[in-house]
Amino acid sequence: MAFSLNGVHTPHRKNTQNKATIRMPLPDSVTIPMSMHIGAPATPIVKIGDTVKTGTKIAEATGYVSAPIYSSISGKVTKIKDFLLSNGSTTQAIVIESDGEGSVDDSIFPPVVDSKESLIAAIKESGIVGLGGAGFPTHVKFNVDPEKIDYLIINGAECEPYVTSDTVTMVSRTEDMKIALSIICEFFGIKNVIVGVESNNKTAISSMKSFAQDMSDVCKVDVKVLPALYPQGGEKVLIYHTTGRIVKLGMLPIDTGCIVINCTTLAAIGNYLTTGMPLIEKCVTVDGGAVSEPQNVIVPIGAPLANVFEFCGGLKTEPAKIIYGGPMMGLTVPNMDQPILKNTNAVLALTEKEAWLPKTTACIRCGACTNTCPFGIAPALIERAYDKNDIEELEALNVDACMECGCCSFVCPANRPLVQKNKLSKAVLKNAKSKGEKK
Amino acid sequence: MSNNLKLSVSPHIHSGNSTSTIMLDVIVALIPATVAGCIIFGLRSCLVLAACIVSCVLFEFLYNLILKKEQTIGDFSAVVTGLLLGLNLPANIPIWQCIIGSFIAIIIVKCLFGGIGCNIVNPAITARVFMLVSFGTMTTAAMPTVVDTVAGATPLSAETIEQSIGELFLGLKGGAIGETCILALVVGLVYLLVRKVISWHIPLTFIGTVYICSFFMEGLDPIKALAMILSGGLFIGAIFMATDYVTSPSTAWGKVVFGVGAGLLTFLIRYFGDYPEGVSFAILFFNILTPYIEKWTKHKVLLAGGKKA
Repeated sequence: MAFSLNGVHTPHRKNTQNKATIRMPLPDSVTIPMSMHIGAPATPIVKIGDTVKTGTKIAEATGYVSAPIYSSISGKVTKIKDFLLSNGSTTQAIVIESDGEGSVDDSIFPPVVDSKESLIAAIKESGIVGLGGAGFPTHVKFNVDPEKIDYLIINGAECEPYVTSDTVTMVSRTEDMKIALSIICEFFGIKNVIVGVESNNKTAISSMKSFAQDMSDVCKVDVKVLPALYPQGGEKVLIYHTTGRIVKLGMLPIDTGCIVINCTTLAAIGNYLTTGMPLIEKCVTVDGGAVSEPQNVIVPIGAPLANVFEFCGGLKTEPAKIIYGGPMMGLTVPNMDQPILKNTNAVLALTEKEAWLPKTTACIRCGACTNTCPFGIAPALIERAYDKNDIEELEALNVDACMECGCCSFVCPANRPLVQKNKLSKAVLKNAKSKGEKK
Repeated sequence: MSNNLKLSVSPHIHSGNSTSTIMLDVIVALIPATVAGCIIFGLRSCLVLAACIVSCVLFEFLYNLILKKEQTIGDFSAVVTGLLLGLNLPANIPIWQCIIGSFIAIIIVKCLFGGIGCNIVNPAITARVFMLVSFGTMTTAAMPTVVDTVAGATPLSAETIEQSIGELFLGLKGGAIGETCILALVVGLVYLLVRKVISWHIPLTFIGTVYICSFFMEGLDPIKALAMILSGGLFIGAIFMATDYVTSPSTAWGKVVFGVGAGLLTFLIRYFGDYPEGVSFAILFFNILTPYIEKWTKHKVLLAGGKKA
């Protein structure tokens, strides 16, 4: 590797790192949106009044880039309604009232996996999507020519402040990870595996080192210690820092011979292969200054945030913001009725002080945005081009390379809305391109 | 209780950097030079500095007040401008000239162009050049013991140079209040580098270029070349004026071009020009070239060059 990519030193605030993970009691009801992944929303296959059990399939994948959805509790379907997600889109959601029993569907048994195809089918059937936050259906990622795969990279770089759910996986779910990795390596003929972990995450590093040793007769696992610099967990950053390869604009990781899978996603695959239980629950970091008892909680998917916070001792002060995910890239939540989603790795209730942002002032051209951007994009220039609606300039500035990590906005002394303008610029550019194609 | 939840686009936390913290860092970095100047040139220099700072802040305050603009004096940039201007003036300058200089810096150069971040040239440098041109020798040649660039023109014997290098470094010579004590300026430079307010590119290439050019010009005499860079306003210019974010390139290579170019121009003016000092003119000239330099030295985007989506 020629040089290390830039980034920012965010505060760590990993308060929940060394705390026990606790399973939350079943909520009275769950609201399960049909769009918890990238791609087409799933199609409900249950009707109002149907009885479902834990693990019953309630929605089928719609098309190729999509994922099925399963009930996380046992009970009765009471509503199928339109639901406004935190990202601003509306999707259908299935509401299930619990019968309090938590009984498991009879059809649950481990899948038979004896080939690459049946493994991909099993992953598709499990409903597993990228659990690091992106929510990209995992089976799509694996539908590649095995010959092309030089490296399978396990993403253990949990770079967002507060969030420790992946660390919990790496420390306590290594058995699941081993099972999944063995089977994937067997059917894909993968020889080289790299686990990327940040240098300050000592417990995860030692756990992953013994994991690597245990795996040594299956494949070569290399534990790569990454700088403790946000955003190591970004896919392209991780690929660069582990293999030195550059996933250029318009390329997929597989074009550079890499597949990246989040450690929790891997563990979920392992769990499905051994138990047959699809993705119905999620380990979520519950933290933030407003939370009484920050901890990692195993939550049924669809459980309302109000229940989750209540389980963590409630909120001790009024939160200014509630966020899905970490504070650098997370989405704010409009109310406590919002459910835990498949790709929720944390919910944070930030106090006014934690979520404080300075006033926006004039750009003083300090260059900090470009100097901290991992890819060397120039957000200050993009902001200017966006304000002038200069499409050509936006394209020339390679705004599409932006992964929206937020380093630029984080460091900006004038607190300019830089990553925000990058996002808008990408949308504007996409729009202009599709219009151009229509002509 | 969840009715008051704020919705916003990420990120939801901030580094805490601000324009005012950067300006305060610059002020802290200028403290050694300020103290040294006041010791070397006496209490009159405190009066000059105070006049510049107060009038700069007051002009910006009044401009915003009269034009009903948002008040910006809280970012301390006017304090920095005033302090830098004062440090670039001799201690015996009439106070009314200080006030006129401040007016040029703040009202003409900064506010009329749209305030902080919008000025195309450095306010303090421009005011200094304005005063140099308008009030003649008052700005640089006020002190009787001026060494300045005369050191280059006047052949010095080996011993006197050895002796004067030490004096030059400590600033025991004539000149502007803040420019003479190289030691204090270097302390400020180290502070700015440690605090990552500025990078090494401009100071090193600027001073380095002047040194190398003088070295050849002085017949490969390293001591004379050293005397050349320790004279005049090179250090204060290269460390504090040329590194002004607004009027210098933000790219690393742009900074190198700026530093080398300004160094070269300083050298040319010092040796072949009519003015005794070239630093201010060089910086001013490259301020104007900055947008072009930036265009030529654009950052390379790591992911660029793939097949377009």
